Formats: sequence, C-alpha cells, structure tokens
Amino acid sequence: MVPEAEFQSYYGRPVLKPPVWKEPYGPAYLYLGGLSGVSSVMAVMAEFTGHDRLARTARVAAAIGAAAGAGLLVAELGRPARFLNMLRVFKPTSPMSMGSWILAAQGALSGVAASTELTGILPAVGDAAVLATGLTGPLTATYTAVLLADTAVPAWHEAYRELPFLFAGSALASAGAVGMLATPRAQAGPARVVAVMGAVVESVAGVVMERRLGLVGEPYRLGKAGGRMRAARVLTAGGGLLASIAGRSRTLTALSGLALTAGALCTRFGVLEAGRTSTADPKYTIVPQRQRQAV
Amino acid sequence: MAERMGFFTDTSVCIGCKACQVACKEWNLLPDDGFVFEANSYDNTGALGANTWRHVAFIEQSRPVPVDDSADDGVERWLMSSDVCKHCTHAACLDVCPTGALFRTEFGTVVIQEDICNGCGYCVSACPYGVIERREDDGRAWKCTMCYDRQRGGLEPACAKACPTDSIQFGPLDELRERAEERVERLHADGQAEARLYGESPDDGVGGAGAFFLLLDEPEVYGLPPDPVVTTRDLPAMWRWAGAAALSVAGAVAVAFASSRKGARR
Repeated sequence: MVPEAEFQSYYGRPVLKPPVWKEPYGPAYLYLGGLSGVSSVMAVMAEFTGHDRLARTARVAAAIGAAAGAGLLVAELGRPARFLNMLRVFKPTSPMSMGSWILAAQGALSGVAASTELTGILPAVGDAAVLATGLTGPLTATYTAVLLADTAVPAWHEAYRELPFLFAGSALASAGAVGMLATPRAQAGPARVVAVMGAVVESVAGVVMERRLGLVGEPYRLGKAGGRMRAARVLTAGGGLLASIAGRSRTLTALSGLALTAGALCTRFGVLEAGRTSTADPKYTIVPQRQRQAV
Repeated sequence: MAERMGFFTDTSVCIGCKACQVACKEWNLLPDDGFVFEANSYDNTGALGANTWRHVAFIEQSRPVPVDDSADDGVERWLMSSDVCKHCTHAACLDVCPTGALFRTEFGTVVIQEDICNGCGYCVSACPYGVIERREDDGRAWKCTMCYDRQRGGLEPACAKACPTDSIQFGPLDELRERAEERVERLHADGQAEARLYGESPDDGVGGAGAFFLLLDEPEVYGLPPDPVVTTRDLPAMWRWAGAAALSVAGAVAVAFASSRKGARR
C-alpha cells in the first residue's frame, strides 16, 4: 500500500470528468481490435508458411473482429448516425482520428481477404489484401493503447510506456487462443506459440506497469479494477502454461484457449475500470501534480 | 486572425452572486442540471459540465486570517470563484477531436461545432480541467464558447457583461495579463500574500490559458488542477512506444511461425 497522501480538494470532488466509454462496448472493442490485428499478421505468416487451415481461421477472425469492433464503436457514439464524421478529417494529433483510418483500412482489407478465402472468388485480390493487413494489423492491435494514454486520465496517461505492450500481449494471446480453438489441432502449432508469447508479454507488461506507476497505479490494484486485473493475471498465466503443454490434446486446447480469451477480456475491462477509478478520486490528479511541482 | 481575447477572473472581488452562471444559462439556453441540494456552502451546482459553463465555487475556511494590525484577531474567510473553460493555448480537447468539430476561432478561443460533433467523448477525457462533458440526452459534447456568437456581434460574453463587480473581465489577453500583474502586486502590497495568478503564464503545461484567474489559495482548493499538462505533449513518445509494440507483435508472430516450421521438419 502507498501511504495515504495528504492533499486539498474542493469538497473531495473529482477534478476530471469520468471517461464516457462504457462497458461492454469500449473494452469489448479493445479486445476485438487486438484479435483482428494479430489475426491478420497470423494470416500473412500462415500464407507464407503454407498453414492453409490456420490462414483461413486467421482471415475470418481478423474480419469478424474488425467488423464487430467497428460496430461497437459506432454504437458507443453519442450520435451514432454521424459516425462517418470520423473520416471528415485526417488528424495526426488525434489517436482516434488515426485509429478510425487504421480501422477503416483494416476492416476493408480483412473483409476482402476473408470473403475471397470463403468464396474462392478472385484469390489474388484476397492475397494482396492479406499482405496489406500485415501493415494495418499490428497498428490495429496497438494504437488503442495510445488512444487511452492520450487523455488526462491519470491511470492511462502515466502508463503510456507499458500500455502498448500490455495490449500487444493481450492481442497476441487473444488471436493465438482463437487460432488454437478454431483450427484443426495438427495445424494449430504456430497459434499455440503465439498464444504463449502473448501470455508472457501481457503478464510481464502488467507487472511492470503496476510497479512503475506508484500512486497512480493504485487503481489497477484496488476495488473492481484490481479484481479484474488479478483475474486477468491468473487466467493469462494459466492459459499460457496450458497452451505450452496442450499439444494436440483437445481438452487442454479448449481450456487454454478459453482461459486466454477470458484473461484478455479481463485485462481490457480492468484497464477501462482503472481509468474510471483514477478520475473519480481527486487524489490521483492532484497529488502527482503537486509532487511534480515539488521537484 | 483578430486579437486573442480572454477572460481574467479576479476572485478577490467575487461576491458569489452567481449572476455569471445565470446570464450564461440564459444567453446560451442551457438546460437545468437538476435541482440538487449539495450542502457545500452556497454551491448546489458542483462543477462545470455540459449544462454549466460558468460555475461559482464557494469555500468557507475556518482558519484565522489576520485583520489590519491586530494580528491576534482573526476572521473566517469565504472564498468565491467563478470557474470557466480555460480556452487553452495548447488545447487537448481540440487536439484529440477526431471529427474536426472542435476548432480555434478568430478570437483564439476553442469552440465545438454542434452540427459536426458525433459524441465520441474523446475531448471529455482529454481535458485536464474536467470542463467539457457530453450531454447524455443529446449525445454531443458541450462547453463554454466564450460567447462566440456575441463576440462575432461585437459584444462581450454574457457572464462578463452580467458581473456586477468586474470580477470577470473580458478583453484582449495581453491587456488582461498586464492588468492582472498590477492587481496581484497591489494585493501583495496590501498584505494579501496568498494572492497568485493561475493560468496566466505561457510557459505552463497548456501554454497559458485564454481564461486565467487570480486566486487567494492553492488551485486545488477551488477544484482546479495544480499543474495541468496538455496530454498531447507526450503524443510523439506514445506513438514511439506503440510503434515498438507493433513491431514486437509482427516479430513475435514471425518467430512463432518460423519456430513451428522448424519443429515440423524435425
């Protein structure tokens, strides 16, 4: 525990407004974006290495993730009918503007790649689209960390170094898990390796983040967010361990894939909740700013 | 661009009449924010928000303050301050708005175009002062426009017009800054050692506020952040870390496939 910080405030009221992004939309999108992005990269690599069944799974997962994710984002707008205003400007200072363009590209390309795969029409176009998602995929999986960090929300902004790796790990684990679950196990080897690596990256990034943040890291450890982050850690570590020994066992594969998916979801929901908690208590706004001034 | 206009809110002469709050609501046709009894001195509004673009804070302090020469004598102090959007030089809300709904006007102020805003809520989380908010029954984000319509018509904003003590002063920002310096010096000479300006310096974390304040206590006592920084200042670093993570993703997947191909050959 960090010792109780002394500070003054206006009747204990928060300085900041809470994030408007709500459950399940926001965090579910973060999960789906990660799933889509890494699935695309897996589809590219599976194409090159001749893992046909895994390539098919990855193409479909990438398309579904991007489409469903985009749907959640639109549903969360205050004025959903105006969603196309997102493509009114191209604005590098706004991670949401950049993200809209990244997601538009990722959605279109992965949609083309999946439909040519399933219909068999124009396979060359599909292959070109998959290749292009090799670029948009990693961005789709990681830009969301910048999206959250580029705010005044203390628990998000101060974590801008670790959040991209936490989300990258979570995305690797998510896509690896879906690859394991939806591909014949004899062909799912690379997906299992991706899942294990994702679990390692996600676990390490989470621990480093909470350690480094100090007082502002408290929301990741306490209350509802803390519970989710702890659940995420157990599920991710357990799922990762299982994936490394699952081999071609049906039961272990199912357990591992489900645990990793649940872990990734807990991470996303936990991070959203921690951000909300850090805006609700003026302590997390005022004390770090005072300490900064004292230096 | 015309001259940059601003607000100088001198809280040392605020009498807590809330005329600014009422004038703002009237002129901008803002909906009520519920009739809540907060019991925080005379403040039943709480904070700035989608429907409150001027907010008068009331702070009753019980610590003794020396009066005249009789240093032993003390009175309780009642601080009042009319808060408003800061119209930052480096405005995070404006930076992060993905639709271009937020823009910088010819007066150097920051305004939302209500026909463009799609209610994504990014500006709400970006503002280091907790000013901007989404109106939930309407779906869009709202905040002070520094009466953009009145300024276009050559009028001063409604709050400044209504303020009976000139606690709220409107004018060219340069002039206001000079006037504020003089006022602080005068207060210091009168023994008000705690008087300080907040948001006047172009060197602060938001590049100076277009609406700045003279306060009689620490900013956080009034509900203001002591050292706000525009979040986009760190954006290049954020993209670098995300870029590294993106490369790691690609690398990890490549390694996974390379290693399992070796495994298959074995």
